[in-house]
Amino acid sequence: MARVVSAKRPKNMAYTVKRLLSYMGRHKFSLLSVAILVTISVLCNLLGTYMIRPVINTIAAGEGMDGLIRGVMVTAVIYVIGVLAAIGYTQIMARSAQKVVYDIRKDLFNHMQSLPLNFFDSRQSGDIMSYYTNDVDTISDALNNSFAAVVKNGIQILGTMSMLLILNWKLSIIVAISYTAMISYVRYSAHRSKSYYKKQQNSLGILDGYIQEMVAGQKVIKVFNHENENMMGFNERNEELQRVGTAAQAYASTMIPAVVSISFLTYAIVSLAGGFMVLKGLSDIGSLASYLVFVRQSAAPINQFTQQSNFLLSSLAGAERLFELIDRESETDEGKVSLIKTSETKWDWKRSDGSLVPLNGDVRFNNVTFSYEENHPVLQNLSLYAKPGQKIAFVGSTGAGKTTITNLINRFYDVDKGEILYDGINVKDIRKKDLRHSLAMVLQDTHLFTASIRDNIRYGRLDASDEDIEKAARIANADSFIRRLPNGYDTMVVSDGANLSSGQRQLIAIARAAVADPPVLILDEATSNIDTRTEDLIEKGMDGLMEGRTVFVIAHRLSTVRNANAIMVLEGGKIVERGTHDELIAQKGRYYKLYMGMFELS
Amino acid sequence: MNKLKRLFSYMGPYKKDFYFAILLVAIETCFELIIPTLMADLIDLGVAKGDTKYMFIKGAQMALCALLALITGLTYARFAARAAYGWGALIRKAEYERVQQYSFSNIDKFETSSLVTRMTSDVTVMQNAINGGLRPITRAPIMFILGIIFSFTMNSYLAIIFMVMAPLLGIILFLIVRKVAPMYTVLQKTVDSLNGVVEENIRAIRTVKAFIREEYEEEKFESVNSSLRETGIKTNSTAVMNLPFFQAGMYTCIILIMLIGGKMIISGHMEIGTLTGFLSYVMQVMNSMMMLSNVFLLLTRSLASATRISEVLDERPSLVEKENPIEKVENSTIEFNHVSFKYSASAKEETIKDISLKIAEGETIGILGGTGSGKSTLVQLIERLYDADEGEVLLGGINVKEYSLKTLRDAIGIVLQKNLLFSGSIRENLLWGDKRASDEEIWQSCEKAGAAEFLRRFPNGLDTDLGQGGVNVSGGQKQRLCIARTLLKHPRILIFDDSTSAVDTATEKEIRSHLASLKGITKIYIAQRISTVMSADRIVILDDGRIVDSGTHQELLGRCRIYQEIYESQLKGGNL
Repeated sequence: MARVVSAKRPKNMAYTVKRLLSYMGRHKFSLLSVAILVTISVLCNLLGTYMIRPVINTIAAGEGMDGLIRGVMVTAVIYVIGVLAAIGYTQIMARSAQKVVYDIRKDLFNHMQSLPLNFFDSRQSGDIMSYYTNDVDTISDALNNSFAAVVKNGIQILGTMSMLLILNWKLSIIVAISYTAMISYVRYSAHRSKSYYKKQQNSLGILDGYIQEMVAGQKVIKVFNHENENMMGFNERNEELQRVGTAAQAYASTMIPAVVSISFLTYAIVSLAGGFMVLKGLSDIGSLASYLVFVRQSAAPINQFTQQSNFLLSSLAGAERLFELIDRESETDEGKVSLIKTSETKWDWKRSDGSLVPLNGDVRFNNVTFSYEENHPVLQNLSLYAKPGQKIAFVGSTGAGKTTITNLINRFYDVDKGEILYDGINVKDIRKKDLRHSLAMVLQDTHLFTASIRDNIRYGRLDASDEDIEKAARIANADSFIRRLPNGYDTMVVSDGANLSSGQRQLIAIARAAVADPPVLILDEATSNIDTRTEDLIEKGMDGLMEGRTVFVIAHRLSTVRNANAIMVLEGGKIVERGTHDELIAQKGRYYKLYMGMFELS
Repeated sequence: MNKLKRLFSYMGPYKKDFYFAILLVAIETCFELIIPTLMADLIDLGVAKGDTKYMFIKGAQMALCALLALITGLTYARFAARAAYGWGALIRKAEYERVQQYSFSNIDKFETSSLVTRMTSDVTVMQNAINGGLRPITRAPIMFILGIIFSFTMNSYLAIIFMVMAPLLGIILFLIVRKVAPMYTVLQKTVDSLNGVVEENIRAIRTVKAFIREEYEEEKFESVNSSLRETGIKTNSTAVMNLPFFQAGMYTCIILIMLIGGKMIISGHMEIGTLTGFLSYVMQVMNSMMMLSNVFLLLTRSLASATRISEVLDERPSLVEKENPIEKVENSTIEFNHVSFKYSASAKEETIKDISLKIAEGETIGILGGTGSGKSTLVQLIERLYDADEGEVLLGGINVKEYSLKTLRDAIGIVLQKNLLFSGSIRENLLWGDKRASDEEIWQSCEKAGAAEFLRRFPNGLDTDLGQGGVNVSGGQKQRLCIARTLLKHPRILIFDDSTSAVDTATEKEIRSHLASLKGITKIYIAQRISTVMSADRIVILDDGRIVDSGTHQELLGRCRIYQEIYESQLKGGNL
């Protein structure tokens, strides 16, 4: 499966930083306080250290114990303020960091849900999970550790630099040149390692996906004694990650020693140059000594600064991946027609001009052409209609396009050509939310959520009362088996319904659709693994659900097909036969062969 | 910390890189400490005396030191990265190897998503701990020791102050770590539950969209997300207390030293220069302790991950091979001897209850029964996907536990009910059966499995890409590919666990007739459809974990109530 790796845009780095900052901007006040408190804490630290000198001077001046104690008291006050400021900014930062990450996670999740289905089709779930498990994590770490540190060191750098300028501007030119070199190196290096980091995150995503697939497929692996081959597949990806990761880290780790060495070199050059200035009488030895102390001190925050930006970098790579997702286009919804309830049982479509159209469930396809991938049309020039209350069955071999038709009605995908009319309104003009509200789907693969059975049924209509739910379950024929479960309706569904049989899961899905009580129903019958007794239950359940609704059913059981108002036999994206059961049997065509078991109904 | 030590032993061949990295940092630190003394010489002896030659020598020496520090630093980067990432890769590999050895009861304990994070993000956390921690953890003790030595030589009386302060800070650090460590475990659990919600959403995205439940899911996510935020705040706000505490400690030291040192100066027991020098060392020592405390917190954080990784590594595979196992299956008769089995010790009821059954070599057996009757479980005991709790399963008269797993599983081909194809091409998937199979052999198997017909229609034939979980083929096609894959194994026993349910009856009949021509191979069909098992030599009816009856189609139709019921309903449904 092709992984989507976006082409590099040069402005990405700046763009990512900007986006990240906009998230932090939501906590402007907190972050401002952090900056202020960090500044206070740094100043107190510097000032406290500076106090050593006057205190010692008072002793030297012979002021005795009084002077000493006074000096020490002042220092103590400064330090106490410093510590309080430190407590303040670390606590605020710890909170803000979590809030920023919380916002990012929220946007990520909400946006992910709004993406069109082909996003999910083309990715392994492990790959998508990696956004949450790896990328958000690195951002969270960076904010926790690096933001305050970067501010702190930035201020320290500024402070020391201004001291240097004041003390000796000539020598400071050397220092300035050297630090410019240092900073451009850091920037260059940062740019390069970001692309390394991105590669690393991608490899990590691939490995995640592989592990997920293989852990899920353990049984198959074992019955084929395929452990070794599998291990090789794993090793390949694991080693790739190791290779890419080592390269990224090796590159990133060179930054600190390089910066340290540049600062030492600067130190040596400044010492020599300063020495000659002293010899030439341009400076005195005492000032040189103290100047050099400051030069040395300036290296530490720069060093820290680079270290922290290292963390920030890896988080930027993660952030970039996240924003790529968040910037993806959501499902389009240009619909204006909405659905309104006009009486207890009646629904109407409301056009933008205010006119009402009653919701009947009349669905028409006019010359619809659709393809998932370009040049591979799944449906070609297809037309069909379903009158209100009719049951339309689709049969045909796999790939004939049955599921695609139903996916187009509720706009999981949009048609390429032609139109789909719902009560005479183009489905594109209906607000997606309302369109889907008017339809219920029972999918072939039933997905249940970690919640009670009651809540899983309630998924169809959130405001359904317990009675509504039980009534729906009775319609779906699910009531009796649910009652026999240890905790009845309150039985918890665990890991996608592993504690229920596939037949039972489908019964719950039918109940879910029943509680939604829509005018149009789309059923994709489950194909397999259901024992005869459960199958009977499902059949009756579906019959109960279908009463009085327009129903599209992808049929796998002939019993379902037989009592349909119209049967569409699909082949290669076209309807090859249509009619009632009896008509089609009489035709002795494709349907006849299917019915006689000569082709599979799947 | 024992867990860290244990995981550390996975460093293996990268230990060299690791120690070398430490050595390099140590050397680099020494250069760093040498440079200021060179500078002092340059000024005190060179500039002060106007000795330009001496100045140049010292300047050159400083430059040399800087260069050497650069070289050691750059080499350090290489070795540290190699050690950290090599280590991470080895841990992941060890975990993966262990998971491969797991029996299904082992796997059932962990959830798939949790196993995945234990192999990925948890390892990343460990890697980062090494990567970020190595430098400070090496530098800090060196700075600390040198600082203490220098300060003692300067003034042992003053040195006592921070000899008292240092252990006090140690205790504070210990307390914080002790409080935070369990918090990180809780945090990790919260992260897990958030991931659970996301995963469920991704899996069920069609359901979510079909029922327009995005907002509902948003709320669900909101609740885990905000609980993660709160837990995160609680944990981190405790962890960051470390910094102010250490600052307070350092400041207290400075103030005490100023006070006591000042007094000593006033009373004439100490020089001013000594006090300034002393203070600079105090700062150095305290700074190194602060760095060290950060590393400790990093390690504490990684401790939760280390525990989770260790759990995977420590889980004992509940299915073990015997020593000196039998490597050849002489005879393929199967015998169940009063076999009982349940999935977990706590399960109320046994899934298989006292089953005795003998299947002769080359026989064709059908097994019929409702959902939960134990059909699939029964056949999975033959090739030890699970082990029987009571009684024994014999293959060729020998208990299956006597064979090596490879021999056993090579001899038996089972097409599982919940079958999977993996991402990759169809060919790659089929080669699982026999990796040396030629295209001709592959096509033969596909022919027998009824897969050749549709494969020929695919534009890319065997090279068609399947996508994850085989999404590009239909249920019926998938089942037939799975059969072809199993046939390529050329097993002596073939088991079909409801593996043609999505295949149409005509094709199924065809497949069955192909399979019937494989003489001498024992075949077991598990099915819901009577048409699948009708022609078997013997049909076994299971209900609620017990054998109710067995016989031919005609015999059962004559005497077995359950069989008759199923027959009637399927006749009516047109499924025959």
